[in-house]
Amino acid sequence: MSTTPPADRAGDLAEDLEPTAGLARHQKRNRRRQEDKPYRPVSRSRLVLRRLRTKPNFWIGGVIVLLIVLFALFGDLINVYELNQADPYSFNSPPSAQHYFGTDAIGMDLYASMTEALRMSLLIGFLAAPLATLVAAFLGSLAGYLGGIFETLTNSLINLLLVLPVFYMLMIISPALATPETLPEWLQWIGFMPSWLLLVIAIGLFSWMIMAQIVKNQTKSLKEREYVKAARFMGVGTLAILRRHIIPNVASLLIIDAALGVAMAILAETSLSFFGLGIQAPAVSLGTLLQDGTGAAVSRPWLFVIPAGFLVALLTGVALVGDALRDAIDPTSEVNRA
Amino acid sequence: MTTYILRRFVNYAILTAFATVFVYIAASLFFYPRKRYLGRNPPIPESTQDAILSGYGINDKDPVLLRAWWWFERIITEPFPEKLGQDLTGNWVIQEMGTRAGVSLRLLVLGSLIAAVLGVVLGVWGAVRQYKASDQIVSYASFVLISTPTFVGGVVLMILATELNNLLGFQAIRFTGSYTPGFTGWEKWWDYGVHLLLPTIALALFGAAGYSRYQRSIMLDVLGSDYIRTARAKGATRSRALVKHGVRVALIPMSTYFAYNFGTLVSGSAFLEIVFSWRGMGQYGIQAVQQSDVNALAGTVCFTAILLLISSTLSEVLYAALDPRVRV
Amino acid sequence: MPEPLLQVKDLTVTFPSTSGDVRAVRGVDYRVDEGEFLGIVGESGSGKSVSSLAVMGLLPTSARIEGDLRFRGQSLLGMTDRELSALRGDQISMIFQDPLSALTPVYTVGQQIEEALHLHHKGLRADSAHKRAVELLELVGIPGAERRLKAFPHEFSGGMRQRAMIAIAMANDPSLIIADEPTTALDVTIQAQVLEVLQTAKEVTGAAVVLITHDLGVVAGNVDRVAVMYAGKLVETSGVDEIFAAPHMPYTMGLLRSVPNMLTAGEQRLVPLEGRPPNLAKPLVGCPFAERCPAAVDRCRAEEPELEARFGDGRAVACHRAEEIAAGTLRPEDVFPRPEPEQREVAVREDAGPIVAAEGLVRHFPLYRGAVFRRVVGTVKAVDGVDFEVQPGQTLGLVGESGSGKSTTSLELMELVPPQSGSLVVAGKDVSTLDKKSRLALRKDVQIVFQDPMAAVDPRLPVGEIICEPLTVHKVPRQERDRRIGEMLELVGLEPEMADRYPHEFSGGQRQRIGIARALITEPKVLVLDEPVSALDVSVQAGVINLLEDLRDRLGLSYLFVAHDLAIVREIADTIAVMYLGRIVEYGPVAEVYEKARHPYTRALMSAVPVPDPVTERSRRRILLTGDQPSPTEDIPGCNFASRCPLLPLLDEERRGRCHGEDPTPVRHGASRVACHHVDSIDRLDTVDAAPQPSVTP
Repeated sequence: MSTTPPADRAGDLAEDLEPTAGLARHQKRNRRRQEDKPYRPVSRSRLVLRRLRTKPNFWIGGVIVLLIVLFALFGDLINVYELNQADPYSFNSPPSAQHYFGTDAIGMDLYASMTEALRMSLLIGFLAAPLATLVAAFLGSLAGYLGGIFETLTNSLINLLLVLPVFYMLMIISPALATPETLPEWLQWIGFMPSWLLLVIAIGLFSWMIMAQIVKNQTKSLKEREYVKAARFMGVGTLAILRRHIIPNVASLLIIDAALGVAMAILAETSLSFFGLGIQAPAVSLGTLLQDGTGAAVSRPWLFVIPAGFLVALLTGVALVGDALRDAIDPTSEVNRA
Repeated sequence: MTTYILRRFVNYAILTAFATVFVYIAASLFFYPRKRYLGRNPPIPESTQDAILSGYGINDKDPVLLRAWWWFERIITEPFPEKLGQDLTGNWVIQEMGTRAGVSLRLLVLGSLIAAVLGVVLGVWGAVRQYKASDQIVSYASFVLISTPTFVGGVVLMILATELNNLLGFQAIRFTGSYTPGFTGWEKWWDYGVHLLLPTIALALFGAAGYSRYQRSIMLDVLGSDYIRTARAKGATRSRALVKHGVRVALIPMSTYFAYNFGTLVSGSAFLEIVFSWRGMGQYGIQAVQQSDVNALAGTVCFTAILLLISSTLSEVLYAALDPRVRV
Repeated sequence: MPEPLLQVKDLTVTFPSTSGDVRAVRGVDYRVDEGEFLGIVGESGSGKSVSSLAVMGLLPTSARIEGDLRFRGQSLLGMTDRELSALRGDQISMIFQDPLSALTPVYTVGQQIEEALHLHHKGLRADSAHKRAVELLELVGIPGAERRLKAFPHEFSGGMRQRAMIAIAMANDPSLIIADEPTTALDVTIQAQVLEVLQTAKEVTGAAVVLITHDLGVVAGNVDRVAVMYAGKLVETSGVDEIFAAPHMPYTMGLLRSVPNMLTAGEQRLVPLEGRPPNLAKPLVGCPFAERCPAAVDRCRAEEPELEARFGDGRAVACHRAEEIAAGTLRPEDVFPRPEPEQREVAVREDAGPIVAAEGLVRHFPLYRGAVFRRVVGTVKAVDGVDFEVQPGQTLGLVGESGSGKSTTSLELMELVPPQSGSLVVAGKDVSTLDKKSRLALRKDVQIVFQDPMAAVDPRLPVGEIICEPLTVHKVPRQERDRRIGEMLELVGLEPEMADRYPHEFSGGQRQRIGIARALITEPKVLVLDEPVSALDVSVQAGVINLLEDLRDRLGLSYLFVAHDLAIVREIADTIAVMYLGRIVEYGPVAEVYEKARHPYTRALMSAVPVPDPVTERSRRRILLTGDQPSPTEDIPGCNFASRCPLLPLLDEERRGRCHGEDPTPVRHGASRVACHHVDSIDRLDTVDAAPQPSVTP
């Protein structure tokens, strides 16, 4: 699959924040007479923030994510039970004043598990997504700028990885989480990593391809931009051009990608753990809780509904924020159309 | 035109072959099939272990690249059902695939077709009614659905169906397994349909949510385009211009998106197979990982890769059919 | 007075936006009579397109439209979309600027023309619609109409697409055609063709035409009446002759004086119109032009003048000082005096030799097909053997239409890599002998200024950093750099304090100055100017051109000036090179070439340039080229230009055979070099009335 539809849309972002677009380009001429008192224009990031504030999705999503993060960080302060500490007096109890989220068959407090699981999932999501974005930015911009053999190689790698669903790739490395001692000797070092870190790296390394393609196409068009050509004609080196002109100009794309990637990463972790291929007991994550809860979904619904509700709420929140961010950064999405 | 699509097909096929070998190597590195013979009582002598594993071609004492080569060689040299070797239960992988593929395809094809149609319709509708209440509702609904992994959606549907069955007092919706044994004739087909119901809904809703977001945003881009204005300047009403000119153009990028998103649906339906206890390819694959069954996994990946190969080619054909600019 | 066809009264259009409502149109009144040809002129952002989209009812739904729009007495504003749709395309039709995006890419041209017919004639039979479509396509000069109807828009060239648009617009014999910048995206020879077709459409349908444009030359040659728009309001309306002969509003004066005229350019300096239009998102006090108007008095800043017919001659002016202007006490040359020319003080050393010399320069690009197994299927001969020299302290103007290879030629110079074929000597050094270090050193001597001021500077860097970027390469210490930044800003007419501002605070003209400052900071010997003013509004162009002239003469710079605008080249260049399909067809001193062009292409090009003077426009002889420029991938035996040559049909069989059989090489004629076999017959073009013929392109 060499064609990546999201790239089409991302192309619009090229014009990104050239302060005005479309109709607005004609009308919003930012005029100031020179004798006016020193005047600071609205900077780009300020402009994005201002637009972001007008998006209901940003507020709805932001509040959801914030509440969940706060719950993950501080939720256990008001709980008397600790993680993996069974309560011998209440098995399978539904949510109550004692066990806010109820307990499971061996008396584990779901509330305690939830805070810990959310920490784990959030940690993986918020680390893996930026990692993928970083790889995408580096490889994509370099391939786009250098072209030639390097681009061909990157393209082949991207296409190769895109032929297979990401999930299969993640599944394959899962034995390294469960039974690291069985790895071949020269891969033993992988087994020494904590499982969350291994997951972060694996998810990061298998989800950069689409973005890299977008960054690459973007870079190719930026490369034809006159200021980049000008810099090249002045003799500015490749890395300096990438650093000074290319990366800052795709930064907004990367921010959006990182935001939306968080949801992807959490989803990947959850799915893996759900099938017992991710986070391994005694550690818990949303996926392991869901796995435990599914079998009891009908008889003891809280064990399933509560983690599922948190997962869906968290992913929805992240998606809403990402969507609002895209709207705010891409002014063409805001222009009211015919 | 045909040569163009043929060339794309060959390209995808080569990529698929490389990817599968790549997966075989990766799986051979990470999987440790020997573990199932360890710690047995009485212990199995190492020479016996080696013999069994070598029989499957997955002995970890042989170099990885050599094993990959054997696997690849077998595809070319062995007769038909033996091409992909045996899984750890001793069945030929291809035979196993033969019984399972139909189960998976039933869900996958139906689910993704419904998803595509529903997604396109909702996306167009949302874009045309941008910022109206109905658009808002569809938008938020699709945000929630995108954020619901299929295995969660499936379980939720199962809970609801159980409630319904309890309420009605009989098994109105049967959802365990892909069929109930013992039916014949039209009852058998009806039974298939009933079993399909929940997983198809789960898959279709999940897919439609993603498609509708993408279709909506392409549609919004198209709405502001000059040719819509030209069509209206000719005297077409807004709705006619949007449907006749807008939707038709907006479908072009969608055709690539279908292929791109198909991978997500493949894993999504694999999850559903597990949740609904279907003996399909997805379940085979996940089971293979759990049991370190390299050959079974390679078979699954082959199957998936071929599916993606077909879907990519189909989307190329669709693309060329929709866009005169690529027909050379 | 008869009832007007279209009556616009007090039209206002407001776009709500987060940073305040933008009042794009602020009370516009005009009328269009049956069969009239009205031109609406204005710079970008003046509201000229918005006001006509309002008439069509095609503005975005968010726009607030007020006022009274009447078409044959019917009020348009109260109509539903369905009622308006019945009118649009039938009574009123519109032609848009960009023919590339204005046709739906997935339907054939025929389907799109036929749709226009079917929409207004329910029950029209398919074969009669088809017949009519063929007829229309023939009418707009597309040969082989039957076959071309089956083509998709992407298979048409820009000019042909615009013809198809006109065919759609005239399909139902409308009474009003609104053409919004119909030729802006087109080359000048194609522009001439399309304007001709527009005139045909007007004659055939008898419709009134409203032509919206920023190009005073286009207006001068075509319309009966002109309305000038500024900051969302009409500021002057009048008959075309009156307005060009005696503008009564200072803005009109400034506009007319800032436009270079190809017939007279180079003799006197252009008059810049400084400043930029007001921000329409902010409340306005007084005349919107007062800030830029040298004749503004206190009253202008306090009270906005209304558009009034003050003189009883059909002329309406919005200016407090219109009476003085009409009385002749305030003349255009008082309001916008012509600046004094700078002395060309740097003596050209005769012995120095050219600073840039290209001989047989070639740049071919392979044409690929296929994404996987990329294979070369052809060659784009972008630059196909050109010779030119840039003399110290002088300007070489490189002109040609898009696709002629002029930009590629200039970029070839910037790359400083060994050419594919031929030789390139810059500042005495043959570029094919350069190593990495000496190439970097030579880059100091050659700098470039680009076309698009939006794209030429990185929007994310402060101006100071942009300007000193070339110095970072050459490891100049920080302090020295800061000093030079201030110097450069002053040199290009900006203030040193602006160094820490960001590009988006500057207007297009100012950004172009920033680009020039960046180019000059290394004290180069040669400046490549790649269409440096073509993206600027006309009023701003003059200032940048004057600056470039001054800098050249003060600093002794040499310019390679790439442009498509022949008037501007005549203004600034000493030598001109006319390019066609990767070759230079005519090369010589500006004075000689403009006075007596020897190549038929040069002749045609010059005759296609509209001149901002209605009297001259009416009397000029036009040479219309047929068809489009062939693709640079084609292998053409003989002369490249033969397929479009206006001289060729006037020659006898034998001489024609030479054109088709033998590729002409440049031959010296006078002080020029011309690549044509039949320079001696060029004057035949004057004697024969070269009537426009339908284009012939397979």
